[in-house]
Amino acid sequence: MGDALFWHRLQFGFTAVFHYLFPQLTLGLALVIVLVKALHLRRGQGDDAYARTARFWIRVFGINFVVGVVTGIPLEMQFGTNWARLTHTAGGVIGQTLAMEGMFAFFLESTFLGLLVFGEKKMSPKAHLGVAVALLVGSWLSGYFIVATNAFLQHPVGYVTLPDGRLALSDFWVFLGNPWALVQYAHTLLAALVTGAFVVSAVGAYWTLSGAHPAEARVSLRVGVTLGLVATLMVAFPTGDAQAKLVAAHQPTALAAMEGRFESGTNASLTLIGQPNVKEKRLDNPIHLPGVLSFVAYGHFGSFVHGLDEYPESTWPTNIELLYYAFHVMVGLGTLMILLMALATVQAWRGKLERSRALLWVLMLAVPFPYIANSAGWMTTELGRQPWLVYGVFRTEHGASPTVHSGDALFTLLGFAGLYLVLGLLYVFLIGREIAQGPPRDASAEGHA
Amino acid sequence: MIPLWYSLASLALAAYVVLDGFDLGAGALHLWIARTDGERRAVLGAIGPWWDGNEVWLIAAAGTLMLAFPTALAVAFSGFYLAMFLVVWALILRGTAIELRSHLASPLWRAFWDFVFSAASGVLALLFGVALGNLLRGVPLGGERWFTLALFTSFAPHQGDPVGLLDVYTVTVGVVAVAALLHHGALFLAWKTSGTVNARARLAAGRTLPVLAALLVLAYVATARVARLTPSPLGAGLVVVSTCALGASALFRRRSRELAAFLASCLFLATALAGVAATLYPTLLRSSDGAHDLTAHAAAAEAYSLGTAAPWYFVSLVLVAGYFANLFRMHRGKVTTSDTSDP
Ligand code: HDD
Ligand code: HEM
Ligand code: HEM
Repeated sequence: MGDALFWHRLQFGFTAVFHYLFPQLTLGLALVIVLVKALHLRRGQGDDAYARTARFWIRVFGINFVVGVVTGIPLEMQFGTNWARLTHTAGGVIGQTLAMEGMFAFFLESTFLGLLVFGEKKMSPKAHLGVAVALLVGSWLSGYFIVATNAFLQHPVGYVTLPDGRLALSDFWVFLGNPWALVQYAHTLLAALVTGAFVVSAVGAYWTLSGAHPAEARVSLRVGVTLGLVATLMVAFPTGDAQAKLVAAHQPTALAAMEGRFESGTNASLTLIGQPNVKEKRLDNPIHLPGVLSFVAYGHFGSFVHGLDEYPESTWPTNIELLYYAFHVMVGLGTLMILLMALATVQAWRGKLERSRALLWVLMLAVPFPYIANSAGWMTTELGRQPWLVYGVFRTEHGASPTVHSGDALFTLLGFAGLYLVLGLLYVFLIGREIAQGPPRDASAEGHA
Repeated sequence: MIPLWYSLASLALAAYVVLDGFDLGAGALHLWIARTDGERRAVLGAIGPWWDGNEVWLIAAAGTLMLAFPTALAVAFSGFYLAMFLVVWALILRGTAIELRSHLASPLWRAFWDFVFSAASGVLALLFGVALGNLLRGVPLGGERWFTLALFTSFAPHQGDPVGLLDVYTVTVGVVAVAALLHHGALFLAWKTSGTVNARARLAAGRTLPVLAALLVLAYVATARVARLTPSPLGAGLVVVSTCALGASALFRRRSRELAAFLASCLFLATALAGVAATLYPTLLRSSDGAHDLTAHAAAAEAYSLGTAAPWYFVSLVLVAGYFANLFRMHRGKVTTSDTSDP
């Protein structure tokens, strides 16, 4: 049954990354919708471009949300089905935030979604904005609870170990206010805003380039690019930087692997490019910035940075190569996206964005970037946590279900692969159709979700 | 704290069955009750505002179990591994079908998703019933606690044989669940719709009731004889209440008091499940050999966890009740054609 662990991990990683493709847009769009609706109310000009833009994004939100919901349920169940020993050991702690997510966030979101998508005609514009705010609150709350759950695995606090090895909650508020969770949440939420901003800008760019819906395109572009610049900047600094400092402080092996550092030392250099060679314990053909890693991690160019050589190999992350690439892809794309949004903001400010066709093309085609960066970020986090399931306390190899065989896990993984392929294609088809049809003229009435 | 959390976990599960039960039943039935596109849109319009919130009760129930009885969740979910994924996949297909069918006008597209919606709903009702059957009959918990369950071993197991997921008893309970939810869903649709759909829904409720009643009697006998489980006094009382509620629901239906009939059916399901919980308490997972039951005390989280969670859990229950009351207020009338417009 030895390799069952591999399939459990692959299945959880695959289904989690797939799930997160949808909530990241939900979290971002929820704010965009509230912003555009608030702008509409402030202008008070009846059914203008703002109202129609909001309506369009609400339709996209509705489709996206449902796919997020159906892909979220398997994740919740997998704690029991695939990670039974983790649940047995730590369920008494992480069950708190998982249950809170359902009780405080998912009910709020799911009972208000119908009112957002179909309720515009039934209520006043202010009440409808209120519903949009409820969805924003619900989705951002659910983000916090799940990130706090993950933060406990990254940096367990507020618990005690019982004589039989299980973990028990010892301080609810310390657990809920885990400093790791606060930083991780800020970074994750901003990263989701990056996704929202890029999607909204890309659709604005597409409409502009194809000469369709100029007024709504303009609203989408403005809101998308402005939000995009703020979010891309803040995802790097202060939040990405703060994440890196936490990792340096609490998961030194993860930081060393993220940077491909096999040796410890002062004046640690930051690697821009290079391939980790785990067998030879070195980085092949690297390009370095001397001292910068010391500075980023600890605030001084001369600081001492730990390398993997200091730690026994049994505590090294299990997939150093992928971890290294994932981290560099995230940071690389993050830098690129800042540049892109900065350029777009300058053009928008000069009133030239609508005529910068080359830039609009790039904005339109850059949609995958935030999705890749978000997925790569999670891979960094989750691979960097290895070989621990609960960092420093409980190893991944002890977490899987004792009675589920590798064939069972492979079978269900294949099932998900097939189902999600179809789901993904349907999603792209339907969203593409919405974009091609453009903003609806009329508010849709109450009906089926 | 342990009786409290046992009740709260049962409450969440019962809320799931009562609430998602009506849209599962309506979904399974709708191919027959609603024949034209307009009629099907009326059915979807009736459950549209509800189904997602209803489904959250399943997640909430899993969360509550993880919070209060992590070991029970771990043992049960990993033991029912393949069955759990059948449930999950059916839920994915069902949610997708509800959302997607309205997006294209093509009759083929709609017919396809209508079929998926109906089939997935029916399969889910059956699987949940089979799961209940397994809980009542017991699962092969050994001294090590963990178990796996074959899909089936022999359909008519004798005492001491290894048990499987499906056998005469568990399938019987599954069929009872299908009948109960079809009846429940038909009453919901009768309340929410008018015209032909309403007439067919009432007919369906009338037709399923005798079948359900007969199956219930069979299931009660089988539970006593095959599963060797006799109700506790409180459990027996609840079963009597549930039987009366089912009778009341039939009376209300005859008098065309549609909402009352539906609510009585809610009470029937809730009290029947409460009877099960009261009978099983303090066992969470019965063992098929009778010697290794997993009790609430053995599976519970530490007292501090349970104690801190209770206050926020009550706050959240009040909020959730508020959200559902708001849904009810916004959607208490019958669905009209304007409720079911195309995109
Ligand atoms: C649009 C997406 C995006 C972008 C542009 C960035 N990140 Fe990120 N990053 C994420 C999306 C993300 C994420 C998906 O949200 C992660 C995964 C888990 C988490 O908390 O956030 C993450 C995790 C994450 C971690 C945690 C690794 C761990 O826990 O082991 C660090 C150190 C950084 N990021 C640092 C950065 C820095 C310095 C960036 C500078 C540009 C950056 N990120 C851009
Ligand atoms: C939606 C965002 C998330 C993504 C994209 C994600 C991604 C991943 C990936 C890629 C893996 C595989 C790692 C490996 O094989 O080494 C993984 C493993 C895992 N993640 Fe996450 N994760 C997410 C959120 C969470 C959260 C919030 C939790 C918290 C409870 C969590 C718990 C786990 C567990 C239990 C495993 C399996 C054990 C392991 O390999 O460490 N994940 N995740
Ligand atoms: C691996 C851990 C995760 C689990 C177990 C999980 C679980 C779930 C579940 C069960 C749902 C469906 C809720 C419903 O029925 O309404 C859902 C949806 C959602 N999840 Fe996750 N989730 C995970 C990761 C994440 C992360 C990391 C985030 C954000 C930071 C997130 C944000 C959301 C949001 C906003 C929704 C609402 C639906 C949507 O936006 O698509 N989830 N999740």
